[in-house]
Amino acid sequence: MKQVEDHDLTKPVHERERNVTSARDGASSASAKEAATTGESAGNLVSPSDEQLLEMYRSMILVRHFDRRAVHLQRTGRLGTYAPLEGQEAAQVGCGFALDKRDWLFPTYREHGVSMVHGLPMSTVFLYWNGRPEGCIPPAGVNIFPIAVPIATQLPHAVGAAWASKLKGEDVISVGFLGDGATSEGDFHEAMNFAGVFKLPVIIFCQNNGYAISVPLSKQTAAENLASKAAGYGVEGVRIDGNDITAVYEAVKKAADKARRGDGPTFIEAVTYRFGSHTTADDHTRYRAGQEVDEWKSKDPIERLKKDLLARGLWSEEQDEAAWAEADAQVQVAIDEMQAVPPVDHNRLFDYAYAELPQHLVEQRDEMRSLYGNGGAK
Amino acid sequence: MAKMTIIQAITDGLRVALQEDPRVLVLGEDVGVNGGVFRATEGLQAEFGAARVVDTPLAEAGIIGSSVGLAVNGMKPIPEIQFFGFIYPAMEQIVAHVARVRMRSQGRFTCPMVIRAPYGAGIRAPELHGDSPEAFFVHQPGIKVVCPSNPYDAKGLLLAAVDSEDPVLFLEPLRIYRAFRDEVPEGRYTVELGKANVVKEGKDVSVFAWGTMLRVALEAAKLAKEKGWDVEVVDLRSLSPLDRETIAESVKKTGRAVVVHEAPKTAGLGAEIASVIQDEAFLYLEAPVVRVGGYDTPQPLFSLEDIFAPDAKRVLHGIDKAMNF
Repeated sequence: MKQVEDHDLTKPVHERERNVTSARDGASSASAKEAATTGESAGNLVSPSDEQLLEMYRSMILVRHFDRRAVHLQRTGRLGTYAPLEGQEAAQVGCGFALDKRDWLFPTYREHGVSMVHGLPMSTVFLYWNGRPEGCIPPAGVNIFPIAVPIATQLPHAVGAAWASKLKGEDVISVGFLGDGATSEGDFHEAMNFAGVFKLPVIIFCQNNGYAISVPLSKQTAAENLASKAAGYGVEGVRIDGNDITAVYEAVKKAADKARRGDGPTFIEAVTYRFGSHTTADDHTRYRAGQEVDEWKSKDPIERLKKDLLARGLWSEEQDEAAWAEADAQVQVAIDEMQAVPPVDHNRLFDYAYAELPQHLVEQRDEMRSLYGNGGAK
Repeated sequence: MAKMTIIQAITDGLRVALQEDPRVLVLGEDVGVNGGVFRATEGLQAEFGAARVVDTPLAEAGIIGSSVGLAVNGMKPIPEIQFFGFIYPAMEQIVAHVARVRMRSQGRFTCPMVIRAPYGAGIRAPELHGDSPEAFFVHQPGIKVVCPSNPYDAKGLLLAAVDSEDPVLFLEPLRIYRAFRDEVPEGRYTVELGKANVVKEGKDVSVFAWGTMLRVALEAAKLAKEKGWDVEVVDLRSLSPLDRETIAESVKKTGRAVVVHEAPKTAGLGAEIASVIQDEAFLYLEAPVVRVGGYDTPQPLFSLEDIFAPDAKRVLHGIDKAMNF
């Protein structure tokens, strides 16, 4: 993790080294530019335009404000247990912006940022964290699979969906998300192996935030880094500074283009940090030193991009204030939408258990209705 | 009409499925070049190509997990688990995802697939090649479970499972893969999921069985006839959902019931069937429902498997208990 902490925040983002490392190259800290010039990592990096950077910046603000409001809603009893992502906005928003809207996402429970960028309405995310089945239903045409709670189990799904795209001859890719802890699971291994063997159009995107709940990466693996694991599967592994949104955008864009060309999978390790706890039921002060948290907060991905945009005259404090106010208004609309949703329709318990309800479930449903009624309207 | 063994009927069913629907994909360990360790997929890769009959890495969770993604993105996977006792690494994928995708996404995503798995003892192989853990999966809502006992049902149930919009676990009685031949129609036909089959009518006692145990039950019925008992034998075929109506009708007629399965008795499917019977036909019962199962021990090494699984003698003993209560 130390290799990517050498950022000089005084320099504009576009002048800083991206710390994009191709683990396959065996290098530990070669810059993307170096990798590109050595030809080891085929394809030139496509950087975000200034307009895209501004859009991504606004998006990060929105995601952070959403996240903070979600934590607050949980604390005040208006939301269930919630998994915050503050600190990981660059990794998620940068990834989302580099993808095509048709691409498939297979998220964990901390991917609200990338999911919203990809088209999941904020009110849907709120509904999920309120235990509502409606929170698992993306709009038509938005290929975001419902959150997978069991760790790493979504990765074979991403691989399978990519496999289907390949068989159908579509230039659609799949992205499977995971955290550092998930690399210890068997499903991670099996998914990476399948992706390599079948050369599938998939990105396995790991946000290494240093902790699996309380367990630090040093107790998760004896490997020097996670990206190097990819070599064992014949998959390209890339390690990036996950708090550098440009680096994230470039790495994902490159991996996506590669996948779309039929050149196979990429494992991306985006090194980042969650500022808060694992979930609202967790207390990170039990296992993390305040100093460590403070150090990472000084590398806040939002502040970092803001400094860059200000330095380049693309942004002003007035615009910044307006962007936060706008985010507040947008989040409030989503909260209002969530709160305006009628009570859950009890029939949702039965309606989709099977394509057609078996007789014994018809009887159970009828008993449920007679005891508890139908609940809220559909 | 051709006469086929169960394994040939399964191959034939897979061929029909592959011919009819370009979305169908057969995948698993050794299913391609080798045609499967039991030859269930013999010749299919040569006929349909390596992209549709796929040798996968040795990874059950990967096979089932990638099948979820394949199905969600429009394909119709028929993954094979080489032996039912090897399905445990894929339990999480099946229980946490395969069975729940429809419910979780409220119908927005579905993952219809047919998971084929040879089950039960009988091939003198090492441990875990003889397990019958069907009850684990019958307990999980969202996935159907079927188990044919003859070649006709094998092909018909397989094609019905392929047609199903819900995932189906298709259990193959490996002990009788090649035990006998039956007439199997060419091309497409289906045997409806969820329907039991009264194989032999009788008036004194109902014996419920499936897969390998069906023939054991029929054998026991013959022995029972010598004692003057007229046994009705019902092939459940569908283990989830159960055909409660046929079960109840049979018991209402005979007043006595024996359930036979290879899996251990405690919390086996026999317990659920006994419960269905007392729910639906309590006042018709002349005796408690008798369960004849494997013993409540782990599945043994094969020198003990013949005394572990019920045979006709043990089923007859069960019939005796029901008749002489």
